[in-house]
Amino acid sequence: MLLGIDVGGTHTDAVLIEGTRVVEKAKVLTNQDDLSLSLLAVTEATLHNTKPEELERVVLSTTISTNAIVQNRTSPVGMILASGPGLSPSMLTINEHCHFVSGYVNHRGIPVTPIDRDEVKNIGVAFKESGIEHLGIVGKFSSRNPRIELDIEEAVDFSFRHCSLGHQMSGNLNFPRRIATTYLNASIWDLYGKFVEVISTFVSQFHAHFPIYVLKADGGTFEIHQSAQYPAQTILSGPAASIMGILSLTHSADDAVALDIGGTTTDIAIFADGTPLLEPLGVTIVGHKTLIRGLRTRSIGVGGDSAVLYDEKGFHIGPQRKGPAAAFGGPCATPTDAMIVLGLTTIGAREKAQAAIDTLAGKAHQSVEETALHIFEATCRHIATAVKHMIEDVNNKPVYTIHELLEGKRVIPKILCAVGGPAEPMAPRISELLELPVTIPEHAEVANAIGAALARTTTELTILADTEKRTVTVVEKGLQISITAGFTRDDAIQMCREHLRERALTMGAGEEDLAMEITEDQLFNMIRGYSTVGQNIRIKGQVKPGLISLHDKGGAR
Amino acid sequence: MKKTKKTGLIFFPAFDWAISPTHPEREERLLYTQDQVFEEGLLDFENIVEYKAGVASIDDINRIHICVPSAEKVITESHLISAGGAITAAKKVMEGEVDNAFALVRPPGHHAMRVVHGARGFCNINIEAIMVEYIRKKYGPKRIAIVDTDCHHGDGTEDIFWHDPNTLYISIHQDGRTLYPGTGFPNEFGGPNALGCNINIPLPPNTSEEGFLYTLDNLILPILEDYKPDLIINSAGQDNHYSDPITNMNFTAQGYAVLNERLAPDIAVLEGGYSIETALPYVNVGIIMAMAGLDYSHVLEPDYNAATIKQSQEITEYIENLTAAILNKWRLRDMARKDASHNREFDQRTKTIYYDTDNIHEEQTESVRICQDCGGLVTIDSMATTPNRIFAVIVPGQSCPACRKRGEEIFDSTSKSAYGYVYFQDRDRDIYLVK
Repeated sequence: MLLGIDVGGTHTDAVLIEGTRVVEKAKVLTNQDDLSLSLLAVTEATLHNTKPEELERVVLSTTISTNAIVQNRTSPVGMILASGPGLSPSMLTINEHCHFVSGYVNHRGIPVTPIDRDEVKNIGVAFKESGIEHLGIVGKFSSRNPRIELDIEEAVDFSFRHCSLGHQMSGNLNFPRRIATTYLNASIWDLYGKFVEVISTFVSQFHAHFPIYVLKADGGTFEIHQSAQYPAQTILSGPAASIMGILSLTHSADDAVALDIGGTTTDIAIFADGTPLLEPLGVTIVGHKTLIRGLRTRSIGVGGDSAVLYDEKGFHIGPQRKGPAAAFGGPCATPTDAMIVLGLTTIGAREKAQAAIDTLAGKAHQSVEETALHIFEATCRHIATAVKHMIEDVNNKPVYTIHELLEGKRVIPKILCAVGGPAEPMAPRISELLELPVTIPEHAEVANAIGAALARTTTELTILADTEKRTVTVVEKGLQISITAGFTRDDAIQMCREHLRERALTMGAGEEDLAMEITEDQLFNMIRGYSTVGQNIRIKGQVKPGLISLHDKGGAR
Repeated sequence: MKKTKKTGLIFFPAFDWAISPTHPEREERLLYTQDQVFEEGLLDFENIVEYKAGVASIDDINRIHICVPSAEKVITESHLISAGGAITAAKKVMEGEVDNAFALVRPPGHHAMRVVHGARGFCNINIEAIMVEYIRKKYGPKRIAIVDTDCHHGDGTEDIFWHDPNTLYISIHQDGRTLYPGTGFPNEFGGPNALGCNINIPLPPNTSEEGFLYTLDNLILPILEDYKPDLIINSAGQDNHYSDPITNMNFTAQGYAVLNERLAPDIAVLEGGYSIETALPYVNVGIIMAMAGLDYSHVLEPDYNAATIKQSQEITEYIENLTAAILNKWRLRDMARKDASHNREFDQRTKTIYYDTDNIHEEQTESVRICQDCGGLVTIDSMATTPNRIFAVIVPGQSCPACRKRGEEIFDSTSKSAYGYVYFQDRDRDIYLVK
């Protein structure tokens, strides 16, 4: 038995899955002041026929990190940045406790300037004096060589409650994003740690042993105590839950479009050969561009409850939501009201919907039906256009080899899958506009919880070998190992697989769910003068987002 | 605060293409530049937009080159993408999507001349020239200035626009007596119909920031102010850098950024630059930031030391005299042009061209019709060791009726018997014929 729980801003949803079957589902209002009450309510509703020891695993998807950042309920973070040459410090200052120090490794990870220990030490003293307990240490090119960050950590010389290091956040390049990611990680570390305690206490009352996982933004999971070290990875896992749910409900191994049509917004995601696409670099949260791996979603301000206005330029749908649809006592006409008038759905009070649309019809000098049709059509077109743009963007991504430019994969969706309240009445028209067949899966209203329950543990790992310098760096682990000049690309791939496997197991992956793949495999001969001095080998591997085994060939039903 | 500009970046490092495994023009060339650009997060700036390179067509090449025997035979896909990347940059600027754009692409092009029998100076086709004629074809006639800041004289670009009064070519480079291709002297001043539209500024070895920026401020910018181009293009070679392995200059990343900011090109296109590890990452970041109007004051090579690369007083004086002489020559160009075209119907020049990359020799005789109304009809008789002999008739853009009529007559009456191929190129009507 698998239990998936999605703690959303409004609702907390849960599903209990046995084999490939949803056996229980529940939806309760989220109690923001005491999450354990919401958890208790949904678990009681789903586990009433199940003994805790029958649970194989529990997966939680939570908005706690997202909300903390959005609502600015974070701890102050002392940032120590070794920025080297490049962007000026004024462009990198992320908060009022930002200090720039010397120390630089270059693009090949070769140390150029060491740190100044006294300088770092004094900053540590200053942080302590101003009551700062959380540190973020980030060096330029630390994902090529973590030396500077490790040296700074050692030189700070004080025990702080927590210290986040840039190279542990991601193996990718992008210094400003690494700063933001490290900052966010340190800033929510305390709050997220308390959440982990609440969950642990809550679960201990079951007197049963089952692993607990938390969903990440990339649609993968990690074991809850691992998550305590990398809380930033749980940011924006809400949309990821729904997308993983759609993945499990559609069983498509083709290119596909997923739509989650909500009240205020519609989220769009794309699957390539049945795997959800990731953001090229990382997710963005309240203006912070990060290196947090996340599913590529586009959110547009159109949904069933979008406010519809009319002026001399025509109808305007969204992005505001002023309340529920008029049919449910809301203040103004919405696409939902238009669909009620058109008879596409039978929910709510028809006469209220009619009256709201009639007000607009009067202004537009059209009949009520014409007006309703106009609103419905415009809403569907808006969503269809956004889908087309997103596919275009994906296919226009710059590439850096002739092979990819001339023969690279293009995403050509074969199917549309829609979930969310207004999906039933709207999806058929959107499917016509996109010229794609559509499916609206069963249990769509708890797709998010299903997604959480079935998501596998994901992780990534970067190996950089420099045979001239005779070093290999295991980036995310901050390891540098000596190698011989005869180290090959195959050795690097082998090493990547080994470390990736170990890291995935540490993060909580099951042996049967190590769907490892090499995502980047580059080798460059380094020539100085006219002779080869070594090779620069760059290998990246990942366990890609997907469903745990048993479910990956066709998920819940 | 500087005023930011919206800058388009077309990055195409061609990680799967090299002239040969250990050639400077190889896969690794832009690797560290990519690393630096990515690590600085430049693509995350709202005003820097990256675009995928397009692919140029054979027609785009045939609009400017006479490729022997055909364009398909002298290029690889990488050339179509590098030219296509330059064209993408131009499109984004011309259509107002961005204020300026930088095509950070390879392989380069500025040693490729009008007639192409093979590769020379690592170049097969001239990507700026292809872009310039694409701009004119698509967006109408334009006065265009190309400022070539590569350390090597852009002899290909000079050759292509030699007779074109609507293209001002300015090349600043290491003195040809000390470096490939051995040309690029101030007396190479343009053909008789376009005299003054080709400006060569050969700087002595060990010229530093001071000398480059002096030349920019006191010669290049005043000339541009006189010429009033509709567009400024920078052939942004980066081998004037103090660490470049195949040249002898002392320019810096800061210097390149300052130069770019003052020149303010609409489009920059990468040319040479082979200090791939210690110069290119910093120079390219500097150029991108300067184009986008961002603070580049912290873009410094890790080993930068102003004292060690300072130029001598002797060089400073040499450059002051040189630039004054060239500026004077520029100011007297109209008079010189009258003298050059006085009472003559044709002007002829012969050239011996060596293709170092492909080891080909070419002997060429080029004639131009002296014309007050357009760039003048050009005919070329070219024989190479390949061993192809060809004849080409080239009707210039914005041509006068007389030059066109004459060109058509010559093409019609030239028998194929003496030549492997006879070509006819008409820019205005976008016609390219081969017999």
